[in-house]
Amino acid sequence: MAERLMAGGSTSEGAGGSSYRAPVADITEALQVAGVWDLLQLPDFAHVDRPTVEQVVVEFGRFASEVISPTDAAGDSAGSRRDDRGGVVTPTGFKEAYGRYVEGGWGSLQFPERYGGGGFPWAVAVALQEMFASANMALSINPVLTQGAVELLLQWGDDRQRDTYLPRMVSGYWPATMELTEPDAGSDLGALTTRATEQPDGTWRISGTKIFATWAEHDLADNIVHFVLARAAGAPAGTKGLSVFLVPKRPPGPSGEPGVANSLRCARVEEKLGIHASPTCVMEYDDAAGELVGALHGGFRVMLTMMNMARVSIGAEGPAVAERAFQQAYAYARERLQGRRPSTPPGERAPIIEHPDVARMLLQVRTLTLASRMVVYAAFAQRDLARHGAGEAERRQAEARFGLLVPIAKAWATDQGFLATSLALQVHGGSGYLEEAKVAQRLRDARIGPIYEGTNGIQAIDLAVRKVSRDGGRAMSSLCDDVMATVKVLPLPELGPTAQALEEAHGALTEATAWVAEKYTSSPDDVLAGAAAYLQLAGVTLGGWVMAKRALVAWRGRPGGGAGQQEGQAEVAAGESNFFALETLSDAPALLRRVTAGSGRLTPLWSSRPGLA
Amino acid sequence: MDVAVCVKQVPAPDTPLELEPPAYHLRRSGSLVLDEPDSFGVETALRLSEQSGGGEVVVISMAPRGETAGLRTALALGATRALLVSDEALAGSDALGTARVLAALVRRAGAALVVAATESSDGYSGTVPVQMAELLGYPAVTFAKHVETDGARIFAERQTDFGSEEVECPLPAVLTVTAGAVEVRYPSLKGIMSAKSKPVEILALTDLGIDPSTVGRAGARQEVISLEEAEHRSGGTVVAGDGRGHELIVELLEKRGVL
Ligand SMILES: Cc1cc2nc3c(=O)[nH]c(=O)nc-3n(C[C@H](O)[C@H](O)[C@H](O)COP(=O)(O)OP(=O)(O)OC[C@H]3O[C@@H](n4cnc5c(N)ncnc54)[C@H](O)[C@@H]3O)c2cc1C
Repeated sequence: MAERLMAGGSTSEGAGGSSYRAPVADITEALQVAGVWDLLQLPDFAHVDRPTVEQVVVEFGRFASEVISPTDAAGDSAGSRRDDRGGVVTPTGFKEAYGRYVEGGWGSLQFPERYGGGGFPWAVAVALQEMFASANMALSINPVLTQGAVELLLQWGDDRQRDTYLPRMVSGYWPATMELTEPDAGSDLGALTTRATEQPDGTWRISGTKIFATWAEHDLADNIVHFVLARAAGAPAGTKGLSVFLVPKRPPGPSGEPGVANSLRCARVEEKLGIHASPTCVMEYDDAAGELVGALHGGFRVMLTMMNMARVSIGAEGPAVAERAFQQAYAYARERLQGRRPSTPPGERAPIIEHPDVARMLLQVRTLTLASRMVVYAAFAQRDLARHGAGEAERRQAEARFGLLVPIAKAWATDQGFLATSLALQVHGGSGYLEEAKVAQRLRDARIGPIYEGTNGIQAIDLAVRKVSRDGGRAMSSLCDDVMATVKVLPLPELGPTAQALEEAHGALTEATAWVAEKYTSSPDDVLAGAAAYLQLAGVTLGGWVMAKRALVAWRGRPGGGAGQQEGQAEVAAGESNFFALETLSDAPALLRRVTAGSGRLTPLWSSRPGLA
Repeated sequence: MDVAVCVKQVPAPDTPLELEPPAYHLRRSGSLVLDEPDSFGVETALRLSEQSGGGEVVVISMAPRGETAGLRTALALGATRALLVSDEALAGSDALGTARVLAALVRRAGAALVVAATESSDGYSGTVPVQMAELLGYPAVTFAKHVETDGARIFAERQTDFGSEEVECPLPAVLTVTAGAVEVRYPSLKGIMSAKSKPVEILALTDLGIDPSTVGRAGARQEVISLEEAEHRSGGTVVAGDGRGHELIVELLEKRGVL
C-alpha cells in the first residue's frame, strides 16, 4: 500500500525533505469519481478524450513537481517585497517558473479555443490548480484569480473587451486581480466606498483605496488587469449600487500593446502569517482610467461569477496543502525511530509509523485529502454540466447543484486542509514546530483558506440562507437522494461501516435541511447560529459519499472485475472509506444536534457583557 | 534531415515490476510510459533535426497491444509521426530480435540518422542500438553526451571510461545518447493537443516483411536461465567529521587511482 500511496509521475527530488510529487494516480481517480469521463461524452468536449486528460495530468504533474515546487521554500523565506519605487519584487525563480507556465499554455486549459484555450472541462483544470497549489500555493493564487476573471469577462464583457483582453488573460500573459475589500468593507461589500465617475467619452475614472489585494502589483508580467468593485456616482447604497470596473495597470493602446502607466499604485505590501510570496497589497486609485464591465449597478452579480469560480478554486487549496503535508509526514514517519513495538527486534527502535496513534493521524490526513479533493472536483463537474450538459433540464439542475456545492467545497475543503496540515505537523513531533522541517509552512499557508474569498462563516450563511432556505431545501434534498442511492449499492460486509455511517449522515442532513429551510423565516438567528455546523454536516456527508463512490469504483474494477488495477487496491480504497466513515463521517448525528440547538446557547456571551447585542 | 528515434514504452515507474517465468520477461500488462532514458533521445533528435534545417522526426517503437501512451509523449514534445510494431509473435523477443524489427522500421521511416538511448531502464542490455547499426550497415556513435550536426555529418562528444572523445561521423548513422545529455523540454498543452492528430501507424510483422520465426520467442537466441536477487549494498564506511574528512577522501581517491 505504501508504494501506491505515493504513486506519482515524477522522479525528481526537488528541495530536500519537502519535495512534492504529484499524486497522479489519486488525481486521475478523483477525476473519475467526479464524473469527468462522463463529461467527456458531451459534444462540447468531443475534442478531448481520456488518454489526453491523463497525459495532461501526468505532464503538468511533472512540471509542478520539477519546475514550480523548487521555488516554494525560497518564496516562503524571502516573500514578495515592495521596492522604493512602488514596484513589487517576487522571490528568486518566480518569474521564470511563471513564464514557463504561461508558455506551456497550462492556464488556458479550460477556456474556449477561440481565445487560445484548450476547451477542457473546469473539473480537469482544477486538478492542475491543485497541483500548482501543492507545488507553490503563494504563486498559484495568481492564476486562480486570472482564471476567475476570464470567466467574468466571458460571461459579462462586451465583444471589444473580450477580444482585447481575453487572449492575453487566457494565456496568463496578463494576469488579473479581484479587488473588493476595503478597510470598512470586508464581509459586507455593500459598505464599500471606492468611487467611479463616468467621462464624456463613456470611459470611467476610479478613485479609492482597496486593501488585501492579492497579486495586485508584481514583476511577473508586462501588465496587470485589475477588476475593481466600485460605486458609480449617484448609485444607490448597499450591494445594489456596485459596479465592476476593469482597470489595467497599463491601458492597452489601439495595437493592443500596453501603453502608459495608469494612475494607481501599490502603497504597501502586508506582512502576514503565510503565503509570504503572494503580495497582499494596499492599492490606491487616483482617477485611474477604467472600463465598466456588465451592467451599471449590476456589479454584485457580475463579480459573483468570478467569486464562484475562485471560491471553488480556493477550495482546492485544501487538498493541495494537505497532500503535500501528507507526503512530508509520511516520509518522516517511516524514517523517524522512536520507542518500540512488540514486534521490534531487541536493541532496535520502531519507525513511528508503526505506532497506532501515528498511523491514525496519517490515515486521517490521507482520507481528509482524498475526500476534500473529490468534493472540490465534483463541484466543478457540476459547473461543466451546467454549461455543456445535454438538455435544458439537466443544465438547470446542475446549475443549482453547483450553487449548492460552492460554499461547501470552499469552506469544508479549506477547513480540512488546515486540520490536515496541523495533524501532519503533529506527526513530526517537536521538529515539526521548527521551520527547518518545512511542514510549518504548510500550516501557515493553509490558514488563509478559511479566511479569504469570503470567510468560512460567510460561506455557511450563504449555504443555509441563500442555497437551502431560499429554495426550500430542494437542491439539497436531491443531493441527499443521490447519496442514498450510493448507500444502497455498497458491497457488504466490505463497506459495512461506510454504509452505516453514510446512512446515518444522510438522515441527519435530511433532517437538518428540513429544519433550516423551515426555520429561517420565523427565527433567522437560530439558523445563523447553526449555519457553520450545517455546512460541516453537509461537508462530512459529501466527503463520506465521494469516499464511498471511490471505494465502489475500485471494487468494481478489482482484478477479475476487468479494469486491470493493482492487487489490493479495492481493499485499500474500502479501508480508507471505512476509516473516514468512523473518524469523520460519524460526527453527523452530533452536528445535527448543534445545527438545531438554536441561538439560545449563545446568550452566555451576549448577556454577560453589557453593551453587546 | 529526417531522424528516427527509438522509443521504448515501459511500465510506469510507480508500478511494481513483475517477471514472468519461464523466460523471465518483464510483465507488461499495466499501462506503459515513455522510458526515461529515451526522453533524452527524443530531445536530441528534435534538436538535431532543427539544427539541420528541419525535417521529420519519426518515433519508432515495438510494444504489445498497440500501446501508444509513450509515443504520444514523444509526439507532444514535437516529433512528427510514429511507427509502432505490435504483434503477438514478438512476445519474448531478445535484443537481436528487437534490433531486427527496429531496423526494419528505420528503413520504412527513411531516416538518415537513428537516435536511441544507451540503454533502457528496464532491460539494461544496452545492445539493441549497435545490433541495429550492424543490421542496417550503418556506423554507430555511442555514449554521446553532446551532439551537433551540419545535416550531412554528426559531431559528437563521447563519454568513455577514461574521459571523453570527439568524433565526426558521416550519415547515415546510429547514435546513442547518455541520460542527462540534454535538458529535456516539457510538453506544452498545445503540444499535447496537436499530438492527437499526428499519424501513428501500427504495423504487424507481415507489413515489414519480417519472418516471424526470426523474432519473438521463436527466434530468440538469448535465454535467461535463472535469476538471483542482488546482494544488498553494505553500509559503506562512515567517517566522523573531525575536520579532516577531505584528507581521507583524497587518500581514498588516490588509492583507487582516480587522482
Ligand atoms: C492574505 C489575504 C488575501 C486577500 N486577498 C483578497 C483579494 O485579492 N481581494 C479582495 O477583495 N479581498 C482579499 N482579501 C480579503 C478577504 O476576503 C477578507 O479579509 C474577508 O472577506 C473578511 O473580511 P474582513 O477581513 O473585513 O473581516 P470582517 O468582515 O470584519 O469579519 C471578521 C469576522 O466576522 C465575521 N463576520 C463578518 N460579518 C458577518 C456576518 N454578517 N455574519 C456572520 N459573521 C460575520 C467573519 O466571518 C469573520 O470571522 C484577502 C485577505 C487576506 C488576509
